[in-house]
Amino acid sequence: MHIFSTLFAGLLFGTGLILSGMANPAKVQNFLDLFGTWDPSLAFVMGGAIVMTMPGFWLVQKRTKPLFDDVFHLPTRTDFDARLVVGAAIFGIGWGLGGFCPGPALTSLPLAASGTLFFAPAMLVGMVIAKYTAAPQPKNLEL
Amino acid sequence: METEFTPFVSLLGGGLIGLSAVVLLATHGRIAGISGIVSRMLPPTFDKAGLPQGIIFLVGLLLAAPLWIVVTGTAPVQVVSKNELLLVAAGLLVGFGSVIGNGCTSGHGVCGISRGSARSIAATMTFMATAFVTVFVLRHVVGG
Repeated sequence: MHIFSTLFAGLLFGTGLILSGMANPAKVQNFLDLFGTWDPSLAFVMGGAIVMTMPGFWLVQKRTKPLFDDVFHLPTRTDFDARLVVGAAIFGIGWGLGGFCPGPALTSLPLAASGTLFFAPAMLVGMVIAKYTAAPQPKNLEL
Repeated sequence: METEFTPFVSLLGGGLIGLSAVVLLATHGRIAGISGIVSRMLPPTFDKAGLPQGIIFLVGLLLAAPLWIVVTGTAPVQVVSKNELLLVAAGLLVGFGSVIGNGCTSGHGVCGISRGSARSIAATMTFMATAFVTVFVLRHVVGG
């Protein structure tokens, strides 16, 4: 049951990305192209997601623990540091260039567009480089 | 290239993404941040406790497109750039930036904002801003 719930969550996530248009880099880049072929759809994706997660997370956290685990694994940091902003800035540049972020890139892998097959491995390499160069942090800080 | 404005299906798709995040938190107490789930599986440090659920979640994610094709009979609409060099650069930046910045569109943009995390709100505003500027430069300065 606990395996099925996680599999279901992954499937739901990927289906949501496809249905919403997030898995289409052209649509993502059009959302980001305010002064060109602007397509505001992605604001609705984020809106639809947050409408679910905001009350959902609140309700879930009224419980003392999750169904199949002893504790909630939530990020606890509240401070700001340069890494957060610099990392996010670099992430945004890559997102704009390719129209892919991690979820949609992985969801798109089975569709095997040539661009995806270049983006996804490069993304994994980028993650490994970051993990090797950055100072290690406690694991619960990473989202 | 223009894409059709799809407020209804985008809202619905977003709802599924949100529901997925709620399911993952309710069952395993974990945040549905894709960059975190993936990067924790990569060297040099592994998060052994979260590894099995992470792998299962990714299997579900990878099954979504094949299942979509089986159910609907059509492949998801997708236009990916054929500029390989650009996509390699984009991939490196997305991977590197998401680990340094502790999250991506899902972890910061959806889950973090919903938890009222000031770090996630700052990160989301930052990556939105640089993404808007990047697409502006890519399409209107460098040329379409």
